[in-house]
Amino acid sequence: MLKINDLKAAIDGKEILRGINLEINAGEVHAIMGPNGSGKSTLSMVLAGNPAYEVNGGSAIFCGKDLLRMPPEIRSHEGLFLGFQYPVEIPGVSMVNFMRAAINAKRKYFGETPMSASDFLKLMREKRSVVELDNKLASRSVNEGFSGGEKKRNEIFQMAVLEPKLAILDETDSGLDIDALRIVANGVNKLKSSNNATIVITHYQRLLDYIKPDFVHILYKGRIVMTGGPGLALELEEKGYDWIKEMADSDND
Amino acid sequence: MTGSKRWPTVTTTDSGLMNVLDQYIDLYESNRSLVNEGSNKILNLKREEALSILKDFDLPKKGTENYEITDLKEILGYDYGVNLNRLDLRVDESAPFHCGVPNLSSHLVFLKNDIYSAKETELPAGVYVGSLKDFCHTYPELALKHYGHLADIRNPLVALNSLLVQDGVVVWVKEGVKHEKPVQIVGILENDFPLMALRRILVIAEKDSEIKILVCDHTRTGNVNFLNLQVAEIYAEANASVEVCEMEESTETTSRLAAAYVNQDKSSRVSAVGITLFNGVTRNEYHCSFKGEDASLQLSGMAIEDRKRKVDTFSVVNHTLPGCHTDELFKYVVDDDAAAAFSGLIRVFKGASKTEAYQSNRNLIGNDGARVFSKPRLEIYEDDVKCSHGSAIGQLDPMQIFYMRSRGLSEDEARFLLKQAFMSDVIDRVSIPGFKMRLHNLVERRFAGDFKNCASCSNSKREK
Repeated sequence: MLKINDLKAAIDGKEILRGINLEINAGEVHAIMGPNGSGKSTLSMVLAGNPAYEVNGGSAIFCGKDLLRMPPEIRSHEGLFLGFQYPVEIPGVSMVNFMRAAINAKRKYFGETPMSASDFLKLMREKRSVVELDNKLASRSVNEGFSGGEKKRNEIFQMAVLEPKLAILDETDSGLDIDALRIVANGVNKLKSSNNATIVITHYQRLLDYIKPDFVHILYKGRIVMTGGPGLALELEEKGYDWIKEMADSDND
Repeated sequence: MTGSKRWPTVTTTDSGLMNVLDQYIDLYESNRSLVNEGSNKILNLKREEALSILKDFDLPKKGTENYEITDLKEILGYDYGVNLNRLDLRVDESAPFHCGVPNLSSHLVFLKNDIYSAKETELPAGVYVGSLKDFCHTYPELALKHYGHLADIRNPLVALNSLLVQDGVVVWVKEGVKHEKPVQIVGILENDFPLMALRRILVIAEKDSEIKILVCDHTRTGNVNFLNLQVAEIYAEANASVEVCEMEESTETTSRLAAAYVNQDKSSRVSAVGITLFNGVTRNEYHCSFKGEDASLQLSGMAIEDRKRKVDTFSVVNHTLPGCHTDELFKYVVDDDAAAAFSGLIRVFKGASKTEAYQSNRNLIGNDGARVFSKPRLEIYEDDVKCSHGSAIGQLDPMQIFYMRSRGLSEDEARFLLKQAFMSDVIDRVSIPGFKMRLHNLVERRFAGDFKNCASCSNSKREK
């Protein structure tokens, strides 16, 4: 589904990603872990197409297409979704209007007519239940005044609406209490199928108790320095990152 | 215009040398009896004073304090006709009904250029809507008490208006009358050659009364220079509630110079909203003062400026008594080579304790050619007050745009929604039922670029 080869990227002239290689197939869940500043969020931003980041080399092929050449909205239409670490507040734009615009933009891309009002409302109702999102939030401005938990649930709600092939969840667990974490994780699990894939970016093993990864990758200094099974996350929880850092740094020397 | 009834015009034969005000002085002095006979003696009372002020007046230069972008010399130096003869210029009345707001049932009157006109309709007891001239004739004492008492004749806009104005609109609500249905004043500029319209609006809201007024200003003839020179005086007596919402939809060759003077008695509430959808050069002045305690004032405005359009807001609010509340919010979106200026002064004098005063001017600037001049000012001479002022000039947040694009919206669509959203809190301050929804729609369509004016808007709406 996604094949990343030697991907290099920078922001403000500072190189963050220094050759990422990663392959993700349908039905898989990949966890990306790593210490602060290792490039986890940069990787998610580059894959989603944030224009603030410069790609300096390598490739990313998504479902047979060159992902890096697509503008962010086309990546979304083609089935890529990024759950933001810090969901952006957009005062004055209601959730309802935002989601309607998003759905209809996608339909237009595939040559379909805009969704009828009744179908749209039905869809909203159905998808809200995935993350137990309050009806009242729909009429409010996007993320404005939402609590930390509501913002993250709102991300998963949008994911449910857009039905991506590949979802990248960037620290979806940060700022969540244990109940909210369970709701969010349940939401992600409900949306999981053999046709889609998920990349979970996290600091902690905690989230991986709920969302079971098939692979765990460790990102350090802009490279994936280790890949393993679910056991690797447990090992990290126990031993911290120091041994990885030492190993990676000595390899480089 | 044929025959002996020559159309009196302002001429600029030697404008390079001559003070631009001289043409108006000459016009008045050579048509004094015409101006006075066409009007009412109460309006005439102010003319000689205005004349003597204008004779000694030096117009402020563009770029000087309070006139950052408005060039009065240029605007007033143009050769406009003035309808001193009060000729009916045959303005088509049916067309303006296009601006009829769906679900808005209003009491409708017109200012055709500067001629008052209205259909005969019943108004509830205690509500008067009519021409200023008639009002002066029928209620001379009331007119004498209110006309020209708030507007400062030393302001050149007021002096020039007072010199030549012959009519206007009066909205008067008697004590305790709460008039739900808004009064809609539709001003139309329409003529084959350049014209100056002199308009006067007088609002008297007596004790415990309520009134909502919607002023829609349209220019119907393109490529003709117009000047709308308007002075409004608004009296809100004790515990009265007044909302005045003005919407301008004019042309790039229209100039609007408008000065509103507001006087508030104890516990009164006034909201003034200025919406500039399309314009040429606009200057809106607000001069507000509190004559009683615990009164509240809300001043709001939004403008969408592109091409070479200009909007200039100037406001002064004086707090001299305790417990009054001012809340100002002005927002502009400025693109291309357009310019916007905001100059707001709130003064809180000694003794005005428990004053709450907030002032905010926020601007979205589209490109390098656009200019915004923002000058929020607070002068506080009392300790026990809550005040804040702020100004921001910026561009759309790239992170917001990226967030929206990551959900599938195109960059253009994201920008479009964000600009609309930027204006929404100003629009939400309008309380006239039906009109708020309409305004959201008009702003949406203005940003989408799919309507050129209100008339085309309602036409295309029908086709959809």
